[in-house]
Amino acid sequence: MNLSKKWLSDYVKLNITDSEFAHGMTMSGSKVEAYFSEGGELSNIVAGKILSIEKHPGADSLLVCSVDAGQNEPLQIVTGAKNLTAGDVVPVALHNSCVRDAHGGCGGKKITKGKLRGVESFGMLCSLAELGLTSHDFPCAAEDGIFILGDDCDKTLGLDIKEAVGLNDVVTEFEITPNRPDCLSVTGLAREAAATFGVQFEIKEPKVNKTADDVNNYLKVDINAPDKCYRYAGAVVKNVKIAPSPKWMRERLRASGVRPINNIVDITNYVMLEFGQPMHAFDLRCLDNSHVIVRNAAKGEKITTLDGIERDMTEDMLVIADENRPVAVAGVMGGEYSGIMEDTDTIVFESACFNGTSVRLTSKKLGLRTESSGRFEKGLDREGCLRSLMRALELVELLDCGDIISGAVDVYPSKKEVAAIPFDPDWINNFIGIDLTAGQQISYLEALGVKVENGYVYAPSFRADIEQEADVAEEVARLYGFENIGDRALTGEARGSLTKEQKFEELITGLMLSEGFSEIITYSFISKKAYDKIKLPEESPLRESVEIMNPLGEDTSVMRTTALPSMLEVLSKNYNNRNLSAALYELATTYTNKGAEELPEHKRTLVLGMYGAGADFYGLKGTVEAVLENAGIKDFDVAAVKDNPSYHPGRTAEITKGGKRISVLGEIHPAVSENYELRVKVYAAEIDFETLSELRNLEKLYKPLPKYPAVTRDLALICDKGCTVLKLSRIISEAAGNTLEDISLFDIYEGEQVESGKKSAAFSLKFRSAEKTLTDEEVDAAIGRALAALAVGGIGLRK
Amino acid sequence: MNMKEQLENIRLTAEIELGKITAEPELEAAKIKYLGKKGELTAILKGMGSLSAEERPVIGQTANTVRGFIEEKISAIEAGLKEKSNALKLEAEKLDVTIPGKKRGIGHKHPLSIVLDEVKDIFTGMGFQIATGPEVEWDYYNFEALNLPKNHPARDTQDTFYITENMLLRTQTSPVQIRYMEKNRPPIRIIAPGRTYRSDPVDATHSPLFHQIEGLVVDKGITMADLKGTLLAFAKRLYGEGTKLRLRPHHFPFTEPSCEVDVSCFKCGGEGCPMCKGEGFIEILGAGMVHPNVLKNGGIDPEEYSGFAFGVGLERLTMFRFAIDDLRLFFENDLRFLSQF
Repeated sequence: MNLSKKWLSDYVKLNITDSEFAHGMTMSGSKVEAYFSEGGELSNIVAGKILSIEKHPGADSLLVCSVDAGQNEPLQIVTGAKNLTAGDVVPVALHNSCVRDAHGGCGGKKITKGKLRGVESFGMLCSLAELGLTSHDFPCAAEDGIFILGDDCDKTLGLDIKEAVGLNDVVTEFEITPNRPDCLSVTGLAREAAATFGVQFEIKEPKVNKTADDVNNYLKVDINAPDKCYRYAGAVVKNVKIAPSPKWMRERLRASGVRPINNIVDITNYVMLEFGQPMHAFDLRCLDNSHVIVRNAAKGEKITTLDGIERDMTEDMLVIADENRPVAVAGVMGGEYSGIMEDTDTIVFESACFNGTSVRLTSKKLGLRTESSGRFEKGLDREGCLRSLMRALELVELLDCGDIISGAVDVYPSKKEVAAIPFDPDWINNFIGIDLTAGQQISYLEALGVKVENGYVYAPSFRADIEQEADVAEEVARLYGFENIGDRALTGEARGSLTKEQKFEELITGLMLSEGFSEIITYSFISKKAYDKIKLPEESPLRESVEIMNPLGEDTSVMRTTALPSMLEVLSKNYNNRNLSAALYELATTYTNKGAEELPEHKRTLVLGMYGAGADFYGLKGTVEAVLENAGIKDFDVAAVKDNPSYHPGRTAEITKGGKRISVLGEIHPAVSENYELRVKVYAAEIDFETLSELRNLEKLYKPLPKYPAVTRDLALICDKGCTVLKLSRIISEAAGNTLEDISLFDIYEGEQVESGKKSAAFSLKFRSAEKTLTDEEVDAAIGRALAALAVGGIGLRK
Repeated sequence: MNMKEQLENIRLTAEIELGKITAEPELEAAKIKYLGKKGELTAILKGMGSLSAEERPVIGQTANTVRGFIEEKISAIEAGLKEKSNALKLEAEKLDVTIPGKKRGIGHKHPLSIVLDEVKDIFTGMGFQIATGPEVEWDYYNFEALNLPKNHPARDTQDTFYITENMLLRTQTSPVQIRYMEKNRPPIRIIAPGRTYRSDPVDATHSPLFHQIEGLVVDKGITMADLKGTLLAFAKRLYGEGTKLRLRPHHFPFTEPSCEVDVSCFKCGGEGCPMCKGEGFIEILGAGMVHPNVLKNGGIDPEEYSGFAFGVGLERLTMFRFAIDDLRLFFENDLRFLSQF
């Protein structure tokens, strides 16, 4: 909402600077986005009179003018314009002046004296555009050519042009919240300003002096849908003289950001801006039988709106119709057919109140948002319809643009009860944390037009947002000033701590950082194509994602069921950005579809991804094992995975415990890497964070340090290439018995020194007893048992 | 020359000779010469047998003194030589300390997480707990229970991604308020950080996915002064002790009264600069007293309890924190960006 300072001053008298006004209004709840003086970039342009015009000696297209710009001597100015005659008063940009940049550049264009084809020119004569104006602002002026000031301008020579043409308002731009449609008007903001700055505010009831005949002879109104049209008021003006509206009205409309059109249209806009009530004017001759019927649209009905577009109506939309066809989409836009024309003679002014939701749905369905629909959908004041209608008639009289027919048709089937809200000053004080007397509170409320009587608060009809005590408290608090409320620290008992799950999350993410992985944060929605890119089988349940009905684009259209594509995408981006190596992790949420009746299951996956220096399978596995160790998870199973299509069939493992899968990890399948344009080996791990958290065991209990020494023995074995280290160590552990404290692999060898198809695996075994020092014989016996068990599987000592 | 004179002679010669020693081998030779089994001192002591009973203890004592003197001298020289050779060794081990250090790869926390952790610390320190809720949410929790019935015009300000007519991607973390109140009785003090979604096309200041941190306090006798006090404490810990707060009345359907909260500009301290567009203040969050309807929807009696709530945009806080000017960087995850934090 753009507010004209001149217009505001019709209603409130303020003796403060523009900046004080802006600050005060913002702090009382009407947020000022900006304020500016009109024509701010214009400087040193004055009104000047053309004394004489002569031909330029050196150029046929140029003229040399002598101009009286109110200075001691006339100025010589060269111009190319063709529309000048001696005696015209025009805008003269003097030496070192600034005009509006015709290309819309901000800051304006500098004008200095100079020579044009050898003739000195001490300035420039300006067009409308050079003042930032259009022919809407000055309909009599030529759009191209110099702006010749009309009689509605002040032609005092040497007067600053902004004063001369009335380009001297200050405009304040407000951001009005949707609960306050009343503030989308000059009077609404004037009321707020009066309450904010403690000055008087009054709306004079509009009055029309000269009327004739009776409106009922011209217009009949029926409302068939009182649930959607609460009130409909109409008035008639005949012998209408369509013309431009006067300069003061055009100025105010321009300052409010509305383009002046003609007197009748301007009046409807003027009233809307002044009172917040959208008005509509239409040609009575287009109304069959002069009968307005407000009804639901019929099935298949069409209307061509003022913007020339034919619109299909549906039965839930409200239309203003005559006996045969719709003439307007109620509250949204008038019909083209019934609009005001050059030859319009008799018009109907409509001032109605429609159901906000209905207007909102219609406007949404038609994809047609207008100034009018934007206001109606917030819920307007039913009580204000008639006053706005009378104001329109008052303006018709003031502008002398038609003959007013007596009276108004006012059909008002759906009145709204005024709610009585208990007034409890103590409750308000306690709720806000202030200490005001009842009298102080009442004076704030009354300044806003709120009535307080017999212990009850009655909100004015234009304040539908005041419904209960908390709303009343807000009015008091904001006028008292939020800045005047004290501040108090919270007291009382509180448990400010992380839960065990939250601490575990911190533990694991902290570990990731120390393992050298950097954290990434990616979108939760992905493209369906991502599932193809990671080669997910067609029948995979992971393809059953939750889909967004109205996505921004295909790329972000489904909620991910796996976080692997997001990771690969980021690795790919980094790779393409020439980051030579990367190690990344994300604690990512995935969403499992549970149908329309249940919310999707939200699960977290710890995804790791890496490429480049230091990235290899065992490095990745080491990190995954570190995660398991930190989670206190021991004795997990590791198995090779051949059939995960996203991963390398020979370089992928799965970690499980008790049948629960904790993680899959390995080298990304080269074809998948290729899909992500990653021309390096890529490694990834997906750790099911919920399972990890469920299996975690962070309980610690001290075990006494060993009393007796350990005995270590090394075993170098020869086995088939395909025999896994896990299998070997399991056989050894089981056979060696409980004195075997630890077993670790220290070398693996394949090559010339061993038979082909075989490999050598060397283990270090550590034996210890809690009861005594082990003898060599006891250790030898354990080794013997291990070798015997190995021999069953054809595994022997390396010779 | 009697024995005593001989001993004195040895002491004098030893003193002179030992004084000239500069290296290990010379010292070894001197040790043998004076203290060895065939050394001079031993030779004299061997001759002690020929002395009288009166002379013997006197000479013995003198011999021991001389020996002691020589031993002390030798060990001093030995220490000196060792120190010298150590110094030489250390000198030889000299490193070029200007060669860059070997880097152990340390991961970098995402800037959004860094700031979120800070916020969590501040609020847990004030007795808040951390709550969470689903991102794919029912219309009821995201809107209706928060006093935003279907077709409420304020829904337009939150362009929503829908899954079905009643299921959506939450546009705010506020639904966690209702979910938490349904399961917990006052006193309530929580923050609820998390992902939120709005159908805003991507640009430098908009993202269809962003993060909010919701706050909710419900108890007996909670007032706007508590809201101000809590947020002031938060702002001071986040931006420094000198930070000032400014509350401007605003409108949110789920709070009444509602306000937007500004902090004094952390760059100019309130003087006005390009960062705060000359305002001296920067908007950081929205807040208000929990609307009675919202308390009711959470199963809490607004006659008995009152509360306040607030919502902060994590991206905004983080951008201010690190002077980041483009929101997209957060989700591109380029290591050149991440490794700066």
